[in-house]
Amino acid sequence: MSPAPGTPAIEATGLHKSFGVAPVLRGLDLRVEWGRVLVVFGANGSGKTTLLRLLAAQYRPDRGRVVVGGIDRSRDPSSIRRMIGVVAHQPMLYQDLTCRENLTFFGRMRGLNDLPRRVDEALRRVGLEARRHRRARALSHGMQKRLALGVATLHDPPVLLLDEPASGLDQEALAGLRGMFSSASGGRRAVVMVTHNLERGLEWADEVAVLSGGVIAYKAEREGLDEGRFEEAYRGGLR
Amino acid sequence: MRGVKGLLWPVFLVARKDLLVEFRSREVVIGSAVFAVTLVVIFNFALNITPETVDILAPGVLWAAFSFAGVLAMSRAFVTEKDQGSLEGLLLTPVSRDSIYFGKMLALFIFMTAVEAALLPVFAVLFDFSAFSPTLVGAVLLATLGFAAVGTLFSAVAVNTRSREIMLPILFFPVVSPVIIGAVEATTGAIGAGVSAAGPGRWLQLMAVFDAVFLVLCPWLFSLIMEE
Repeated sequence: MSPAPGTPAIEATGLHKSFGVAPVLRGLDLRVEWGRVLVVFGANGSGKTTLLRLLAAQYRPDRGRVVVGGIDRSRDPSSIRRMIGVVAHQPMLYQDLTCRENLTFFGRMRGLNDLPRRVDEALRRVGLEARRHRRARALSHGMQKRLALGVATLHDPPVLLLDEPASGLDQEALAGLRGMFSSASGGRRAVVMVTHNLERGLEWADEVAVLSGGVIAYKAEREGLDEGRFEEAYRGGLR
Repeated sequence: MRGVKGLLWPVFLVARKDLLVEFRSREVVIGSAVFAVTLVVIFNFALNITPETVDILAPGVLWAAFSFAGVLAMSRAFVTEKDQGSLEGLLLTPVSRDSIYFGKMLALFIFMTAVEAALLPVFAVLFDFSAFSPTLVGAVLLATLGFAAVGTLFSAVAVNTRSREIMLPILFFPVVSPVIIGAVEATTGAIGAGVSAAGPGRWLQLMAVFDAVFLVLCPWLFSLIMEE
């Protein structure tokens, strides 16, 4: 699926989401253009993971609108799920299936053509070719994160949503992950990443945002980052 | 046609994946079977079942064992997925929630039927009745379908609660009580001497209606629950 021309990759308007009586997002607005890498920072509990789950059409917003690749979440959540790849903090794998079986299962669930080639390519990309027949539970946490990365990118998604993707990855895997961002610079992909790692986040970002008080409290180009305002917004979330 | 294939193919994929995972881990089938046999042995001694009382007591013992073993099986349907995080991965795929529900339900139905098929001849020898009566087989299949339909839904509900082990039986048993009563009555008719065929037939019809209603209701509720 290729990006719809003339539409932003992601557009969220007036997003509200509560769990019980606790509001997490309070009218959040966000826009990400094709070819951009947006890194969202925020304190613990600021709603970063909730935001990603709303963008992934996993949660339904209480109020507000999510449009990904020109598709409105309220009308067609399945098509949004078809467009996105998600790497979460926890690898979303079947521990009793092998690396190859995990990739094949998720590929079939996505209805992908030419699946054996895609699976082989994904295994090579994440450096798990030699472990293709090993069960996920026999892999280290870092290796499982690599496999999760392979699953998330098996369908070459135009939108990547990453929740602390670098945790547990070694330098080689980090370089591979960084390589996936390069297609964003070609305008073919958009990436939203949430992280606590300030150094890596700033290094990888085209744009940075701070989520605080249930809204985007600060958003700027990385090049024009106002450190004072960035810090002020971030600290606002800690109070 | 494309729509039907689009719904059925993921159902098959989810069920096959669950069967493969179970074949490797053997968590559900062996645990449920051991639990059911233990229950029957305990009941056998506690109730002192004799040839004179077997017609009255055996159906109740049989379905108590199948019901509790079934709850054990269904409690695992989503717990492992939730704990491994794979449920989130499954829900991020573009297939409909109905397909995921029916896939999980089909796998649960197969697990429970496999346990019951293995245990029924054992019970038949123990309590001296024929395990191959069509009415008894019909009762087992219809009751198991009802258990799987309701159990898959409540397993998905319970997995998101703090006290999920307690929550599942609390939700499950009141709803499936018509199926358990129907299964016990049909089994009594099937193994009891001198009972007319019209009796068990009515209970089989009741179970068939229950299954039809819950096979429509449960996937719809499952879709609502899975989208928080």
